[in-house]
Order: sequence, then C-alpha cells, then structure tokens
Amino acid sequence: MKLTLKVWRQKNASDQGGFVNYPLDGISKDMSFLEMLDVLNEELSEKGEDPVHFDHDCREGICGMCSLYINGKPHGPQQTTTCQLHMRSFSDGDTITIEPWRAKAFPVVKDLVVDRSAFDRIIQAGGYVSVNTGGVPDANEIPIPKVIADEAFDAATCIGCGACVAACKNASAMLFTSAKISQLALLPQGQVEKKTRAEKMIAQMDAEGFGACTNTGACAAECPKEISLTNIARMNREYFSAVISSDNV
Amino acid sequence: MSWVTKTLSSTLGRKLIMALTGLFLILFLTGHVSGNLLLFKSDGGEAFNIYAKFMTTNPAVKLLSYLTYISIIGHVIYSIMLSSKNKAARPVGYAVSKASTNSSAASRNMGVLGTIILLFIVVHMQSFWAQMHWGSIPTVTYGGEEYKDLYTIVKAAFQIEWMVALYVIAMIFLGIHLSHGFASAFQTLGLNHKKYTPAIEGLGKLYCIVVPALFASMPLYIYFTQS
Repeated sequence: MKLTLKVWRQKNASDQGGFVNYPLDGISKDMSFLEMLDVLNEELSEKGEDPVHFDHDCREGICGMCSLYINGKPHGPQQTTTCQLHMRSFSDGDTITIEPWRAKAFPVVKDLVVDRSAFDRIIQAGGYVSVNTGGVPDANEIPIPKVIADEAFDAATCIGCGACVAACKNASAMLFTSAKISQLALLPQGQVEKKTRAEKMIAQMDAEGFGACTNTGACAAECPKEISLTNIARMNREYFSAVISSDNV
Repeated sequence: MSWVTKTLSSTLGRKLIMALTGLFLILFLTGHVSGNLLLFKSDGGEAFNIYAKFMTTNPAVKLLSYLTYISIIGHVIYSIMLSSKNKAARPVGYAVSKASTNSSAASRNMGVLGTIILLFIVVHMQSFWAQMHWGSIPTVTYGGEEYKDLYTIVKAAFQIEWMVALYVIAMIFLGIHLSHGFASAFQTLGLNHKKYTPAIEGLGKLYCIVVPALFASMPLYIYFTQS
C-alpha cells in the first residue's frame, strides 16, 4: 500500500504545532496502525529526523494507552483501539490525517502524545473503595445478582483511553466518569462512600475543564469498550441524590 | 458557597436546570397548542377570544405564565453558560471531524436551533402577546361582556405571506430542537431504564412532529381559508 500521512507535529506543549505530510510506501494490509507508524518512524530515524511521538503500550486493546484521532474519528474508522486497527481498513493511495485528542484538559505533550492525568485525578477524587474487601470470595457466596455484577463489569471495562472526550463536541468526560462511578455504585463494597464519591468525582471533573454533556451519544458510539449512555444517567441519579441527601454542606 | 449554589454551578446542576426548564416548556407547548386549536372553530373567533381573555386574567394561568417566562429565560441563560464552558473545553479544534457518523445533527446543533427559536419567540410575542397586554386592539361583545378581539389581530397577521412563512419555518426548527431535547431531558434527569426509555424516545419522536405540525397548520389554515 502507498499512503500519504498528514501528521500533527508539535515540539512541546508551548509550540504552535502544525501538520506535516509524509509519503509512505510498502505498507502491508495486515499491519496494525501502530506498526505502520513504526515503519514511518524507522524511516525518519534513518534520515536523522525526529520520529513521530505517539502513546502506546500493550498493543492488545486492553491498556487504554493508545489514542490518535484518525481521519476525523477517535481510534479511526473501526470501533476499536488504535492498536487493534489494521491497515486493511484503508485503501491504497489514501491520505490519512492523524491528530492528537483535542481537549483543554488533555494538553499536548509532544506531537500526538497528550497528558491524560486529568483522568487519574478524577479517580483519585473518589474512584476507590476504602473498605477492606479481603481475599477473593467464592463467586456463589457474593450476594449480588448476576445481571448487576455483569452491569458493574461492563462499566469496569472502561480502559480510560479518552476516546469519549475526543469524540464529544464538548470534550466532556462524562462517559468516563460515569463508568468509574457506576462500577462501584452497583456493588455493595461501593455503598460506603457512594455519596461523597459522586460529589467529589464530579467536582474534580468540572475542575479539570471538561465540558458538559449534550447527550449526542458520540462518546458511546466511539467507545472501543462500548460503555453505554445508561452509565451517564446513573451518574446523574447518583449525583442528584447525593447532593440532596449527603452530610457534605 | 452553599451546597445549593455549588450544585447549580456544576455542569450536572446546570444540565438539571436545562432539563427541568425544557420539560416545563414542553408542557407549556402542549397547553398552548391545545388552546389555540380554537382558531379552527368557525365562529368568527368567539371561542378563541373568550379563551384569550381567560388566559390573560385567570390567576392560576398567570402563575403558570410567570413560570413559563422564567423557564424561557433560565433555559437561555443556562445554555449560554454551558455553551461557553463547552467551547472552552476544546480550545484547538480538529482539522478533520466525522461527527455525523456518531451523532445526530440535531443533537450537535441544539444551541443554533435554540437561538433561531428564541428569535422567533421575540417576533411572536411582539405580534400577539404584547398586543394583547398593552396594545390598542378592537373589542367585541359576546353576551353583554366585552372582550379584546385578538382573533382579528391573528387573522390580519396571517394574511401576510412572510409571517406565515416565518411561522412554518420556525416550527420546523422547533421540531428538530424537540427531536433531541424531549428524550435528552429525561436522560439528564437520570431517567434511563430498559423498560421506559424506548417509550419516552417514541413519545419524543411523535411529539416533535405532531405539536410543531399543529402549530404550523394554524397560520396556513387562516391564510388559505380566512381571507
């Protein structure tokens, strides 16, 4: 495959940045998107140029490290992570535009790498349980219906990649925050800090500068883990009932 | 900051205000369209004029009308606050964006649609509401009681082509706004349930077509039949 890559290059956080075009030849349809970028970077390194910086880690679609806004969609044309996207999703002669996630709360560090530690701070604000849950109990001894356990698990599959923020026209982090609130709110271990958690995580989400939700559904449509909008409704319920009934004046 | 102001200045608190005022305005539209159906009665406007007097003098209706004014103003002010926060959340935009593949055009343009509807409301209230309250309009007598003849004002207004066109076009925008807003308000309130959400979404789709269509049919009916 012969491709033209239009890549966002930015030296550092304060640099203006801009697009640079790179022609690329000899790409196999079986390569993953990140392997294709590896080929580009090898060529750039051989020429003595600065390789394109991008985030990646497990390359198995489970860590949430890879990002990239590819041809106008987070993680590209397939509903998957960028590492699981393959070049067979593109055609010979394509021009592929690659941009970093765009959000005030996700400042660009270099090229396509953005700082997603805003997500970590939302978790630190309340996305944990401080009760001692002990060792792993026998599954049949946990008094939780299967459907509820499944729902909590579905919420917990969020890998925190930030595609929801990248897809949202408001750069809102509500899908992420709601998944992290839901996974704990649905389980008995999460009940102890239920109210304070909702209040603190949402306060942190706002403080980070993420936008509000317009219920466009773009986040859920692009989420590689198919986190559903029902989590946002649950978060809203948790928050409204928390502010009305909690002891935090 | 008290917990109330803190909540209402959070993104979720502001969204709550948007949902509650939006739902109240949906209730208002339902009442407004039902009452105005009297325009279709062929009695020279008698029933409509009697209804118009009731709507401007009855104390309970007055209370509801103040709630409607507050809802319109609140809906607008909070949408401006939310939109400015949303714009600030993405200072640098994307060069290429395929938003149409993941969301509806209505949901992405609620602010634009709302602004058009607000402009329409200004023209609409100037034409009828302000006339009814402070304008010098002719009176008629039914059964010995004097009534303001709002019907004649409505009839005269809808002889003008551009007024009819404005009303029909505004109702199309209202329908698009409601096509997202109706179900979205319930989602914001946290009311999302496997059993009821499909019904709410269905009702929303029906509402956003039927109510604006009924409203739009009024100027068209008067223009074509009451010249």
